[in-house]
Amino acid sequence: MTVNDAEVTREIEGRLLLVHFLRDHLGLTGTHWGCDTSNCGTCVVWMDGEPVKSCTVLAAMAGGHEVRTVEGLEQDGQLDPVQQGFMQCHGLQCGFCTPGMLMTARALLDRNPNPTEQEIREAISGQICRCTGYATIVRSVQWAAAEEAGTRTTIPAEGA
Amino acid sequence: MTAVADGPVTAFEDNDLKPVGFGRMLRKEDPRLIRGRGRFVDDVQLNGMLHLAILRAPMAHARIVSIDTSAASAHPKVKLVVTGAMLAEQGMAWMPTLSNDVQAVLATDKVRFQGQEVAFVVAEDRYSARDALELIDVEYEMLAPVIDARTALDPSAPVIRDDLEGKTDNHCFDWQTGDAAATEAVFASADVVVSQDIVYPRVHPAPMETCGAVADYDAVEGKLTLWSTSQAPHAHRTLYAIVAGLPEHKIRVISPDIGGGFGNKVPIYPGYVHAIVGSLLTGKPVKWMEDRSENLTSTGFARDYIMRGEIAATKDGKILAIRTHVLADHGAFNGTATPVKFPAGFFGVFTGSYDIKAAFAKMTAVYTNKAPGGVAYACSFRITEAVYLVERIVDCLAQELAMDPVELRIKNFIRPEQFPYTSKTGWTYDSGNYERTLREALRIAGYDELRKEQVERRARGELMGIGVACFTEAVGAGPRKDMDILGLGMADGCELRIHPTGKAVVRLSVQSQGQGHETTFAQIVAEEIGIPPADIEVVHGDTDQTPFGLGTYGSRSTPVSGAAAALVARKVRDKARLIASGMLEVSVADLEWVKGSFHVKGDPTKSVTIADIAFRAYGAGDLPEGLEGGLEAQICYNPENLTYPNGAYICVVDVDPGTAQVTVRRFIAVDDCGTRINPMIIEGQVHGGLTDGVGMALMEIIAFDEMGNCLGGSLMDYLIPTALEVPDWETGFTVTPSPHHPIGAKGIGESATVGSPPAIVNAVIDALKPYGVRHADMPLTPSRVWDAMQGHPTPPI
Ligand code: FES
Ligand code: FES
Repeated sequence: MTVNDAEVTREIEGRLLLVHFLRDHLGLTGTHWGCDTSNCGTCVVWMDGEPVKSCTVLAAMAGGHEVRTVEGLEQDGQLDPVQQGFMQCHGLQCGFCTPGMLMTARALLDRNPNPTEQEIREAISGQICRCTGYATIVRSVQWAAAEEAGTRTTIPAEGA
Repeated sequence: MTAVADGPVTAFEDNDLKPVGFGRMLRKEDPRLIRGRGRFVDDVQLNGMLHLAILRAPMAHARIVSIDTSAASAHPKVKLVVTGAMLAEQGMAWMPTLSNDVQAVLATDKVRFQGQEVAFVVAEDRYSARDALELIDVEYEMLAPVIDARTALDPSAPVIRDDLEGKTDNHCFDWQTGDAAATEAVFASADVVVSQDIVYPRVHPAPMETCGAVADYDAVEGKLTLWSTSQAPHAHRTLYAIVAGLPEHKIRVISPDIGGGFGNKVPIYPGYVHAIVGSLLTGKPVKWMEDRSENLTSTGFARDYIMRGEIAATKDGKILAIRTHVLADHGAFNGTATPVKFPAGFFGVFTGSYDIKAAFAKMTAVYTNKAPGGVAYACSFRITEAVYLVERIVDCLAQELAMDPVELRIKNFIRPEQFPYTSKTGWTYDSGNYERTLREALRIAGYDELRKEQVERRARGELMGIGVACFTEAVGAGPRKDMDILGLGMADGCELRIHPTGKAVVRLSVQSQGQGHETTFAQIVAEEIGIPPADIEVVHGDTDQTPFGLGTYGSRSTPVSGAAAALVARKVRDKARLIASGMLEVSVADLEWVKGSFHVKGDPTKSVTIADIAFRAYGAGDLPEGLEGGLEAQICYNPENLTYPNGAYICVVDVDPGTAQVTVRRFIAVDDCGTRINPMIIEGQVHGGLTDGVGMALMEIIAFDEMGNCLGGSLMDYLIPTALEVPDWETGFTVTPSPHHPIGAKGIGESATVGSPPAIVNAVIDALKPYGVRHADMPLTPSRVWDAMQGHPTPPI
């Protein structure tokens, strides 16, 4: 599989979960693990651009696919706007749910650049945050959406 | 957000760049956390590290007949299997709890709750350790369990704690406060008496990161390093020294990034001790990380108070007295993390925000075959239960008197001029202006409009409810004359060092689980010493690097450690002033401090900054006579009183008459936590607590069946609010500084968890008024609300 654009090949046990493969075998500990029942979403990563709960995917099933984790959000030393948004709007406290929230938020904005509050709440409703009460997460995603909209209008201006 | 809230939320104010001060500042911990580069306990990977898994009791009460570990030991990847009998040989099968009871590290004689630790395995990897658990054969002889606290003291009830010398019943402790006779006299002559049974069910803090540890014993150095999910690393180290007999200076406890605590990470759990034993015996680092069901079934629960509240008043609504009897379910071991002299925590503040004539509370605590714990989930040492009781019973009184709940509260508030106010149970409230806080909440809510809307909706058959709750907390434990945990006084140390170039490091004894200490404490020091928060490194969570103190829980960081940080900075500033007087060749009295520098009175051109002074303090050249070099100080702060934050909360709910589903439409929270250091962080703390409140009021419960099987053992069964169950919070604030705190700040971390459940329940009961409902117990799930509407409130669990 590829993980954050790098080709990865490993000999593994068939039952190994993707979350443990990423964390224990590749040392990508940004992806977290928080439940036994696929309810918490701290483990969300992308497989071929779609958010998946990596506790519910066997590592072997990810073979041949493109996996992206929170460590792969920053591009060329530039934080993704959702990462900036979470910092700007206090979208995290302990930070444990944050990587999963960020991956879902990024995927949402890729599909829907201008989501409503309700759409954001629905997008993250498979994930639990015990600290923030969600309102600041919603604002963080809105901040990122506005930032991206803003960027699109300012780039031509700068280029002119 | 409203006009009085914390300012525009989309604007970026980088007051990192501001030289000093309180105000909205982005968090210093975020850059690593948003990159996935936090370091949580489970992220610790050490060479040769082994993995530990725990075998747990499948039933609530049984005698252990035999344990056969031979097949597990024979597993090729297993390094160690340990049972209670093996620990008993070393005298380590039992350990003290934070309440001076004992708890089994591994069960020897009996198992006393479902999920209790019976044996552990250390293996080469996570999965093999779990595999080997399946190979351990335990023969149990089933015993009848005690599940309902109401039957725990029946003469026929089986005795759970037969490990305790001479124990013949399930009695844990009795406690009382206030004046029984005076209260009875007031009740006997009162116009109106209302009484209501109220249950605060067992819930669980369930932080997103479960509990765990990595123990690494270095036999050559004789030193144990323990990374653990601990809210109180120093207290834990001292207890390990006492229990394991290791010298204290050879134990280093590190609490790295912690994925939420909420009191779940205050106690010492058997698993931490297992990891230590595992590392001592194998000579290798050993990691233990519990899974979610272990977290929910075996670690510190919260609440479980069965209360009867009684309130006496005049016909025109003057509250005269409050009385309560409580039956407290403490589970199989009294593992309550609470100051020793306060077995019921700070439940004694159950008289709330009201000025009354008399009060009395009496409590009986019992053992049952359930997991231990009790003080957790942001409860401020049981103030959640106290506030729920008083705010519910006051609403019952309002209903009885047909009075508006707002009017009734305002009529009975402790008035601003009465502070400091000593309550009838002996608590000295430091400051507050309750009516102002409530009026701000009413303004934001548009209370009168809401009541009008409610009338219209009722006329259409719709069920809309408006709930009010006004709370007073008592946080920042605590003055060491009264408060200690296992003999350790609840003071906190702080050290501040200014480096020669004017940058600083501040070392705290408290530990963050998401509260943003690295930011807030930098701001506190910045405010006092006049250098930017960005130039101040905050070190915490490592016993080798920080001064002793009791840790972060009960909203105590800002009241206790925050005071320590301000005072240590003032101490440094005092020394800086002496050095400055030498540098500027004027007397100390002729110097003026303007954030960040001293200048000569009347001549601001003659000035030296803290950086100039620091360089002189370590540099060449003379210092004033008798002054040592260096610019640093330390302190151990002993608070003179608790701080008493308060708030007024208003909740608006809609109940579907067809399905009994409750929707929280609006929630208005106005908090007064005194001086506000970082409004952004304060708002975040409030939001989180309000969400807890929705969870407890409507969804969360750790229930058991009659055999003691836990019915809330996974996140499929223990329902926690997601983004869809909570509204967009509306917050506001008033500021009434604490007179005894050096910067006037009070705690805020738990206010919303304490204050929101009664507001939500009061709103639901208000919505059900057409059905004549006076009370229903949490969680107000559709089936319970439906039952209440049918006139059969569900028997409380
Ligand atoms: S770990 Fe909880 S959903 Fe994956
Ligand atoms: S920030 Fe702690 S769980 Fe979301």
